Amino acid sequence: MSAVQHDGPVIEVLLVEDSPGDVRLTKEAFREANGAIRLHVAADGVEAMAFLRREGVHADAPRPDLILLDLNLPKMDGREVLAHIKEDAGLKTIPTVILTTSEAEADILKSYQLQANCYLTKPVQLEAFETVVKSINDFWLTKVKLPQPLPGTVEENS
Amino acid sequence: MKPNRGKEAHPQVLLVEDSPGDIRLTREAFRDANESVYLHVATDGVDAMTFLKHEGTHLHSPRPDLILLDLNLPKMDGRQVLAHIKADDSLKMIPTIILTTSDAEADVAYSYKLQANCYLKKPVQLEAFESLVKSINDFWLMKATLPQQKQTT
Repeated sequence: MSAVQHDGPVIEVLLVEDSPGDVRLTKEAFREANGAIRLHVAADGVEAMAFLRREGVHADAPRPDLILLDLNLPKMDGREVLAHIKEDAGLKTIPTVILTTSEAEADILKSYQLQANCYLTKPVQLEAFETVVKSINDFWLTKVKLPQPLPGTVEENS
Repeated sequence: MKPNRGKEAHPQVLLVEDSPGDIRLTREAFRDANESVYLHVATDGVDAMTFLKHEGTHLHSPRPDLILLDLNLPKMDGRQVLAHIKADDSLKMIPTIILTTSDAEADVAYSYKLQANCYLKKPVQLEAFESLVKSINDFWLMKATLPQQKQTT
């Protein structure tokens, strides 16, 4: 396990992102913001669904408390991943935040129509990007009451 | 064309809340956080749905950019209002935030199942309440990208 040891409950975040640069920046920004976060990364849409369904190498994957989903992804794109999540009675309750460079009105509308929990535009500027990640932590992981994992699901052993 | 209404102009927020005290506190907290916010209030679930459907006395109501919805309401309760919003193709994309004193796990789970955009527990302490309203403003109206208004009214 690469996660840094942390006392208290761990917050599982799944980042679905194919850009290694963005993965790294997100990881660093979360680390600064909140030591309780365990960030998991899926680099394409197919891997994201395997993680969420605990298939293949992801058999022991935890259920994420929050999903950060890019729209433009290889293999299966983020719109499709979002549709799959929100059609699945077991997954649809996991807050799914779109985090993408796209500012296209069609993407914004489609995401909210598919019931993305919110849509954030990835800023190009480094500092602004860090601020957005920090605001995800400050709002979603600090203020919001997240759903408890359903009884009977595999849980983290923190 | 900036997609986020809140970063400019006047974000329209619909507060569905029956407690006069909470309405007043929310109004004051928004005024402190962001004076460009237009806060509309519906005091029960039926009133909220009329507002959203531009019916009756709400013929000229604007389409809200954000809905803050209490769960325990007279006439039609918040769970039902949420179900109606999320079953309606023209309303479902309006971010709907549950803001309630309930922290019952059943209410939280049910709200997310109905696709509430997020669930916030109303703090009892005044300062914590103000800070929560401020964080709603800072996140939803300043950071998040909201869907564009359609041609309404």
